[in-house]
Amino acid sequence: MRDFFRTYPVEARLSVVLLLMILGLSLGTDTFLTLGNITSLLNNNAVNLIWAVGLLVVLIAGGIDISFAVAASVVQYVAAQVFMGTGGGNWAVGFLVAGLLGIGLGMINALLIHGFRVISIVITIATFNAFFGLLMFFTKGRNIYNLPDWWTDRIFIFERQASDGTWSELNLSVAVMIVCVVATWGLIRLTTLGRQLYAFGDNPEGARRAGVNIWQMQIVAFGWCGMMAGIGGLMQVNIAQEVVPNALYGRELDVLAAVVLGGARLGGGRGTVLGCILGVMFVAITQNGLNLLGISPFAFQMIIGAAILLAISSSNLSFGRLPRGATAVAKVGTT
Amino acid sequence: MKAEPDTAPALRLRNVSKTFGGVKALQSVDFEVRSGEVHCLAGENGCGKSTLIKLVTGVYTADPGAELQLFGQTVDSISPTKARALGIAVIWQDLALFPHMTVAENIAFDEMVGLVPRLTFGHRYKTRVQAVLDRLNVPLNLETRLGDLPIAQRQIVAIARALMGDARLVFMDEPTASLTQSETDSLLAVVRTLSSQGIAVVFVSHRLAEVIDISERVTVLRDGKLVGVYPTEGMTQSRLGELMTGALLENTVSAQDRSKAEPVLETVGLSRHGEFYDVSLTIRRGEVLGLTGLIGAGRTELALALIGMKPPDTGETRLEGASVRFASIRDSIARGVAYVSEDRLSLGLIQPQSIADNTSISVLDRILNGFGLLSPRRQTELVCHWIDELAVKIGQPKDAVSTLSGGNQQRVVLAKWLATEPRLLILDSPTVGVDVGARAGIFRIVRHLAEEGLAILLISDEVTEAMFNADRVLHMADGRIVGEYDPRTTSVPELEARIYA
Repeated sequence: MRDFFRTYPVEARLSVVLLLMILGLSLGTDTFLTLGNITSLLNNNAVNLIWAVGLLVVLIAGGIDISFAVAASVVQYVAAQVFMGTGGGNWAVGFLVAGLLGIGLGMINALLIHGFRVISIVITIATFNAFFGLLMFFTKGRNIYNLPDWWTDRIFIFERQASDGTWSELNLSVAVMIVCVVATWGLIRLTTLGRQLYAFGDNPEGARRAGVNIWQMQIVAFGWCGMMAGIGGLMQVNIAQEVVPNALYGRELDVLAAVVLGGARLGGGRGTVLGCILGVMFVAITQNGLNLLGISPFAFQMIIGAAILLAISSSNLSFGRLPRGATAVAKVGTT
Repeated sequence: MKAEPDTAPALRLRNVSKTFGGVKALQSVDFEVRSGEVHCLAGENGCGKSTLIKLVTGVYTADPGAELQLFGQTVDSISPTKARALGIAVIWQDLALFPHMTVAENIAFDEMVGLVPRLTFGHRYKTRVQAVLDRLNVPLNLETRLGDLPIAQRQIVAIARALMGDARLVFMDEPTASLTQSETDSLLAVVRTLSSQGIAVVFVSHRLAEVIDISERVTVLRDGKLVGVYPTEGMTQSRLGELMTGALLENTVSAQDRSKAEPVLETVGLSRHGEFYDVSLTIRRGEVLGLTGLIGAGRTELALALIGMKPPDTGETRLEGASVRFASIRDSIARGVAYVSEDRLSLGLIQPQSIADNTSISVLDRILNGFGLLSPRRQTELVCHWIDELAVKIGQPKDAVSTLSGGNQQRVVLAKWLATEPRLLILDSPTVGVDVGARAGIFRIVRHLAEEGLAILLISDEVTEAMFNADRVLHMADGRIVGEYDPRTTSVPELEARIYA
């Protein structure tokens, strides 16, 4: 336990905060700790977490991606054209097409970043604008309702009727989210690629000298983020039942906030899947809690902003270091 | 002809040259390292040491005509990957480690590299990492984040990483440059352990005492040419310095009696809890006062107290007879006290900025024009004056400081502080990472400044440096001044014995 606090100070503190919040909301409201509320929390945040683990990989590799949410919209639009053009498709084809389209858009980022040696924030702000501009140009801002049935039909992986007759259910996106989270965890913790991604984000020159292929790192990081963007986009349509070109615009900052709250370092080299989950949970539960407590939704952005400030500034006053600092003082005192 | 593996040298280079553009960085150099030997590569900055290391490790390719033999086998061409496979490892000065990864992940990192992804599990390599650390006889927690370790232990991690790849020939590029004396001693112990296990170590260092202490033989390079290979037994520091620079270096006691001169700074019973106690000292006009002792003795803390960065709890400080109490470093600058910090590279200079801006940053208020704006003309005058005075070798004043060599960077730091026209100059370890020739240059400047009436407090880890360049030497231990020595009547070994007792 102490090791967990020392090795993962951000994740550990966030879990404590979350636990307190859950405890407070469970006691303070009679709606928070109900099956209905928990399932809807999961349904509503599955897509955010899929994007979050994608973005996490880019952050670990020392980059940042502003374009992924808009890229998800592009994937939705192009995929809709493909399915309607080929007359149907199914979920398997859907995942394949959305994943590949997402990887393709991620590749554009990787190619520009590596090819022109420009930092990722500049490139992805540019592609963010380019993707969104092209999307609005081709769709003329119109929504698409005419989608294949398999895409918009609800699939429940869990359902239960409460005694008062209300239904609680988990939809397909939750299952997809679990697969994405586990796959990302496997990639970054269990493969040599993951170790290289961490190293590259931590000390790019050191990694290069050790023989890490920098080009491969960018491809993996932005490719993975793009794939998650695509899959997230696919699932978002399943929930929203339509393709709205500007629906996801702005979501990138919410996801980024959650990932950073979860302890991913903007400079690279640090970040965990657990932190991602906790960060997304924190944002979701804050919003949900404010709702249930009947507080103005406008307070939400303010609280998230304050939480980021607090999290980032308190990570400089690392609690794990306090005991060591105290012994250092003691040592000087005795010399 | 194939030699026996036992007797074959780990490395044999014949007739190695390297030309960059038209510049000959190396000219038909021969170099040989025996297995299990600690071999020093010595020479001033720019003599070709790094080029030689990079040729052997495949970073550069040698000019045609060179012959390379590794462990008895002739090798036609070499790349970094091939070098590693052959058992050659380099520990770069900046270590090239990963601060956010754990000790175990750092040590095992080279196994993670490769285009084809593989699965990896911590427990598979952790036992081997532990075995390597056991071999080095250093206890380190495998799960500690590297960034939480002091620099000396990171060095051990870098060595362990080399051993993890079964290195048989290890190059260490100035491994001790940022280590304290006791850390250096434990590193040298690790180097001896490597050597006793049959691993050849090529050691590069600017600290000549260390070179003579650790290695069996030393190869000296000067201006890209081989000067010779010498056994270190019977070698003296001044002889080695002479071989490296090609000039006779004045390594003689230069102390003079300054007790008649008026005091510039006097302290009486200065204490700061947990750092230093009851420090009373006097520095006179034209005097260089040496302050030496083990790291952690409170030398730097005392200096910081003298300049007002960490004010003392009790005691009195008198500057030219008047009692002073500096509340901040701006106060002390205004009263003529200048401090050249220990960590020149990160604290003393703003590396990407120009030489001119670095020199004038401490005196911006003195180079204003009539409108209160910065005057480029006055800045140029000021900068040119000091560059000239300190003989800094630069291209243009507008070049970035990072383009200069260590010795010249140290001169720019000096220029910056001398521009404030101080009466007392505190130099904290001024020659860390500076080569022999440049060191001599810096101390020539220090003596010259003292002759002009400046009072100088010279803090140094190296006893020889303090003894040869100061008029008096104070020994500090556990926060107290425990002895005062006259370099004319005390020998270096005598003082060393007291300090390391």
